[in-house]
Amino acid sequence: MRVVKHPILPEDTKPEMTIFFDGKEIPAKAGEPIASALLASGVRIFRETAKKGYPRGIFCGIGRCTDCVMTVDGQPNVRTCVTPVRQGMKVETQKGLGRWSEKA
Amino acid sequence: MRKVQAVIVGGGPAGLAASIEIAKAGGKVVVIDENGKPGGQLFKQIHKFFGSREHRAGVRGYDIGTQLLKETEDLGVEVLLDAPVYGLFRDPAGIMVSYMKDGREQAIIGEKVILATGAAENALVFPGSTLPGVMGAGCAQTMINVNRVLPGQKVIMVGSGNVGLIVSYQLIQAGAEVLALVEAAPSIGGYGVHAGKIRRAGTPIYVGHTIKRVLGKTQVEKVELVALDEKFQEIPGTEKMLEADTVCIAVGLTPLTELAWLAGCEFTFIPLLGGHIPIHNEDMETTVPGLYVAGDIAGAEEASTAMEEGRLSGIAAAEALQLYTAEEAKALKAEVWDRMNALRTGPFGQKRYDAKAQLLATAKGGK
Repeated sequence: MRVVKHPILPEDTKPEMTIFFDGKEIPAKAGEPIASALLASGVRIFRETAKKGYPRGIFCGIGRCTDCVMTVDGQPNVRTCVTPVRQGMKVETQKGLGRWSEKA
Repeated sequence: MRKVQAVIVGGGPAGLAASIEIAKAGGKVVVIDENGKPGGQLFKQIHKFFGSREHRAGVRGYDIGTQLLKETEDLGVEVLLDAPVYGLFRDPAGIMVSYMKDGREQAIIGEKVILATGAAENALVFPGSTLPGVMGAGCAQTMINVNRVLPGQKVIMVGSGNVGLIVSYQLIQAGAEVLALVEAAPSIGGYGVHAGKIRRAGTPIYVGHTIKRVLGKTQVEKVELVALDEKFQEIPGTEKMLEADTVCIAVGLTPLTELAWLAGCEFTFIPLLGGHIPIHNEDMETTVPGLYVAGDIAGAEEASTAMEEGRLSGIAAAEALQLYTAEEAKALKAEVWDRMNALRTGPFGQKRYDAKAQLLATAKGGK
């Protein structure tokens, strides 16, 4: 959910764009990290662990823990908490260690 | 290979302050940061800082960040972004700093190098701690204050230090409900003024409590709290189940010291400052000549002390580069020490003052 009204911060005027999460269009704000766009749309499960398929989401938010890695435009293990969105970006839930798509 | 007088790793409050001092002295300085934007964690700090006027007390963190960035721009400091530093190597001309930029390995030699890499949040392990919805308090703070997104609606905060208290309040400001703040110790760790704010906002603070477990199929659904005795053992029968979707962990910071280990710095262990700290002297110079540390890597404190340590390391490096005479540097450093000592007073500051004094004694071969 977006923070719309805030007692201290001014209105957020970053331009809107669109990215794809598992094939579905979701809105994003220019310059924000992928993880933030996903959370804003209520997506919290970013990947599944390799052996047991346990769900994982964002944890550290500074690019250290790699719990938030996803497959982005065909490239696996992209840290979504520090990678900014781009118009039309394709973000996919990563299964295990992920797989390189043929295009990437 | 390119060579400059000073390379600074990390463009947060400490690194930027250091770069400003070196540039002011007339030195050529390059700041390298792995993030897409400089400022480190300053821009998520929307609260007013403490201290006196010269510490910019009463000014919000992001305004301090904006001021620092403007100063670096005015002074012509070069800042390389999206450039993670992965290695330090000894070189006859100084220290070689290797980094990735645009997918390529690159390197630059700094006659002096300052590490201002900051710190990372500590994790806490309990059943369910890996579920989506459990995150660092700083992570939640970035989401609400920088990205303007609520990471959840019903939050349990763990840890009553200033980070836990401030982020709880900021979550409430952003529109979340903070159902409880949980603290294992018998008393609140941070400033009373921050604790008062969240209490007035209706958040109960459970001291002597911890999280027993978090339940949920694919994400946080329920959080079970339990009371602890004076030996931090769970007291059976005191469990309390709360419905929540988010757990924020604010249980301290660990300095990001990898590069200092790589460089061969000698370390000491001071739990109060976050664990292993590179030994450094009054000039912030480590046991590797020409290599300095500043900010949280030199002991996790606050942004205000990080900026002062940054200034100190910058002045000292400028002196070592002969941009200042010994007398000029002495006077400038004395000013910084006065301000820094003032920041390390009071019931919380005094402990950090003592820990830093112990560190300096170690550098002198005391201990």
